[in-house]
Amino acid sequence: MPELHMPWLGLSVLLPLIGAIIASLTKDRERARNYSVAICLATFLCAIGEWIDFVTLQSFEAHDHWNVFQLFGPADAFVVDELSAPLLPLGALLYLATVLTTLRTKLNRFSFGWALFSESVLLATLGCRDPWLVILLLAVGVVPPWIELRKRRQSTQVYSLHMGLSVGLLIAGQWLVGTDASADNPPILAGCLLTAGALIRSGICPLHCWMTDLFEKATFGTALLFVTPMAGAYVVMRLVFPIAPAWALQSIAMLSMMTAIYAAGMALVQHETRRFFCYLFLSHSSLVLVGLEMANPIGLTGALYVWLSVGISLLGFGLALRSVEARTGRLSLDGFHGLYEHTPFLANMFLLTGLASIGFPGTIGFIGTELLVEGVVDVYPLIGFAVVLAAALNGIAIVKAYFHVFTGTPHIATASLVCRPTERLTILVMVVLIIGGGVFPQPGVQSRYHAATALLKSRGVDQATQESAAQESHQNHSAEGSSLP
Amino acid sequence: MMVEPILHALGVVVVGSPVVLLTALGLPLLIGIRLSETVQSRLMKGSVVAGLTAAVCILGVMLVTGSRHVPIEFGNWASIPQEHFHFHLKFVFDRLSVPFVILSFVLCGTVGAFASVYLHRDRGFRRFFLLYALFQLGMVVSALAGTIETLFFGWELVGLSSALLVAYFHERPAPVRNGLRVWSIYRIADAAFLIAALTLHHLTGGGDFDGLMGSGPWPDGVAAIDSTSALLVGLLLLLAAAGKSGMVPFSGWIPRAMEGPTPSSAVFYGALSVHLGVFLLLRVSPLLDASVLLRVAVVVLGLVTAIFGATACRVQSDVKNALAYASLTQVGIITVEIGLGLQYVALIHMIGHACLRTFQLLRAPSVLKDYRMLENAVGSSLSGDKAGRSQSTSSLQLWLYRFALERGFLDAFLNVWIVDPFLFAFRSFDSLERRWTSLLSGGESRESDRLAPYEDSLEDVA
Repeated sequence: MPELHMPWLGLSVLLPLIGAIIASLTKDRERARNYSVAICLATFLCAIGEWIDFVTLQSFEAHDHWNVFQLFGPADAFVVDELSAPLLPLGALLYLATVLTTLRTKLNRFSFGWALFSESVLLATLGCRDPWLVILLLAVGVVPPWIELRKRRQSTQVYSLHMGLSVGLLIAGQWLVGTDASADNPPILAGCLLTAGALIRSGICPLHCWMTDLFEKATFGTALLFVTPMAGAYVVMRLVFPIAPAWALQSIAMLSMMTAIYAAGMALVQHETRRFFCYLFLSHSSLVLVGLEMANPIGLTGALYVWLSVGISLLGFGLALRSVEARTGRLSLDGFHGLYEHTPFLANMFLLTGLASIGFPGTIGFIGTELLVEGVVDVYPLIGFAVVLAAALNGIAIVKAYFHVFTGTPHIATASLVCRPTERLTILVMVVLIIGGGVFPQPGVQSRYHAATALLKSRGVDQATQESAAQESHQNHSAEGSSLP
Repeated sequence: MMVEPILHALGVVVVGSPVVLLTALGLPLLIGIRLSETVQSRLMKGSVVAGLTAAVCILGVMLVTGSRHVPIEFGNWASIPQEHFHFHLKFVFDRLSVPFVILSFVLCGTVGAFASVYLHRDRGFRRFFLLYALFQLGMVVSALAGTIETLFFGWELVGLSSALLVAYFHERPAPVRNGLRVWSIYRIADAAFLIAALTLHHLTGGGDFDGLMGSGPWPDGVAAIDSTSALLVGLLLLLAAAGKSGMVPFSGWIPRAMEGPTPSSAVFYGALSVHLGVFLLLRVSPLLDASVLLRVAVVVLGLVTAIFGATACRVQSDVKNALAYASLTQVGIITVEIGLGLQYVALIHMIGHACLRTFQLLRAPSVLKDYRMLENAVGSSLSGDKAGRSQSTSSLQLWLYRFALERGFLDAFLNVWIVDPFLFAFRSFDSLERRWTSLLSGGESRESDRLAPYEDSLEDVA
């Protein structure tokens, strides 16, 4: 297996771990924040370095240089591959952006130490492909939000119950998986247990209440950091996708589609911004799962692309909302708050990132959603139309929230509410990614297509079968472009 | 030999000028630079003049060379050759798109010039012109689209700018609620458009209008699908067009949209946006030849819309709403013309109507003032209204009056049959979720329930 030129993955995992210790030992919150920003920035640069290094190797997978992870598990447990290569910088960006936009008003509530620890665990999870280690890391990743809930004296029962069930099912499922398991020889019971565990973590309806509960009770930053990386989808791709038969994947897709529509509908009737964001995110992450489970090259490419686009755009959207909350406290969606005149920049970013998440033309999500819909329609036309419906409902919900937060009688404030430079910088980076990805989508599409074909190969889908399917698809309905929400 | 590169360069200018305008107005907003009103106004005028000149030059070249169909290829925006997936960027200059794009530039220029004076020193001047640039780009892309997905691209931009401009005076709740209503209906129309586009893809194997509508130049193409498929796709496109043009049963958003500033009302609901639905029907008019039932559906929808518009128009108490319903009447008639296969008549009607209505809407804010000044100068009423004996009215007339006054009960119909059941269902689910999480938590699980609608507490947080 090829080797990266530097220990990027090792650095990406170890830096935040060391940073977590430093931040938790630092009493001065302002200083802890500055350390965290520096560590997150260094981690992000390492993750970017890993991605660039990996791309130059032109390989499906690669070891870290001086593979330090050999000390903790099997030699091939931690590798960078086509699936994880862009997810690592995305995860690091998520933490960097969240830490950067944490204002002084939130310093005492948001734990930088636990945030950095979570980052380390997340990046290790994304760089790991050994099933047992993935489950272990996933279980460890559940701990920091639980501790925060306890510290805030909030009930942890909903969260503990769901996460415990999820981890328990994953352990039971993995225990039952045989060594010869594959898509052609699927272990049905083990597959069902693994799927159930992963879907609970993804927040599939009706087992999604832990997600809304977390947004209610934890700080917005912690909830955002816990759900936005879509760890459940990653578990599906690592543990379920290689061994599940096609019918099982399509059943997951049906469940995910129902969740996407349900969550989109629920986003429209929410009275409070955090719950609204939670449902919006749930709807989008379910749409990603729909595409992932279609197991055809176009659908899978679209889903992997939408994974990145939704990650970026909803991160920007969530941060814009968090920045507004940092100024006004939690916001009700029953009235109009009139914040536009104070924070036009945040208002515009809120709208832009929200629209990017639904695949509005000219943004990063446009082509991804296009591919996703096209791929889904290839397998199940009605589900494809349902994707369009979910996107339409999400679009209405986003503009409704924008109107409630930013329009109305101008808010009277005794302090300036304008954007701070760090917030402006963070959101500008998001905008560059959103517009840049929308104007030049081809590199992303090509990269995700390579990942999709490699993942399909890992299921043992024969290349010849793929080509004949593609040929047949071309004859029936060769896609010269298509459409999209 | 030299004609093709010239046409290509001119095509790039036509499409590029609104892109440059949007970038020039949007980028400073992002990086925090404040452009003066004069600069914004000049940028707008420069963009319109460049685009219009290039479009007229293309028309001239086409007339001189006798060409009826000039495709401008921009290549693949994204593609996966192994899977035969291509997102093709292609614009077409033909007998439909050239008049429409010239009309778009002329009316956008007129309204832009008017707005730069009308909104002078208004707090939302910058916001207006940014949305105006978005709209102009959407109109140009829609008008020239050579593939159905490119048309959808422009269609979405027009929808967003339109809804946000309805909510332009966002200090008041009414324009905001109306903007949301407009956006919601547009999203439904967009979903129908998308599903139609996807169905077309799977029926014909591509999104290129040349492939969908046969190889002949507009309007002589022949649809490459059978009658049943044409009916299915056509009905979806008709639904999309009805939503975009405010036809029955979506007419409720037309008077709501008049909450926006007069220049945007003029260019959106008097002139261009309201005609985008019928433009779509014109673009896919060869589909109508493939299905008689579809043709009948188009004629019936147009007729119903025209009658409704004419009825509602007569009882409106303010000039903008009266003009909006008058527009709707004409849109209905244009739809009937399309249904009857009179594409050229419909195109000419659309252009004439757009110009007249723009003039009327731009004149509307000042006409009453001028009228009163004239009456003051003359010293008596000019209308000649005299109180007379009230005429007896039949019950049918009373019903019609109420029907028109309530705008056909269309909003109430949509609320009762679609919006309210939807909200009721999801609020019930929300309530069930609350009970479930409270049960699991062993107590009250939602802190957010205690939030007051206007609990802005900055000082508490600090």
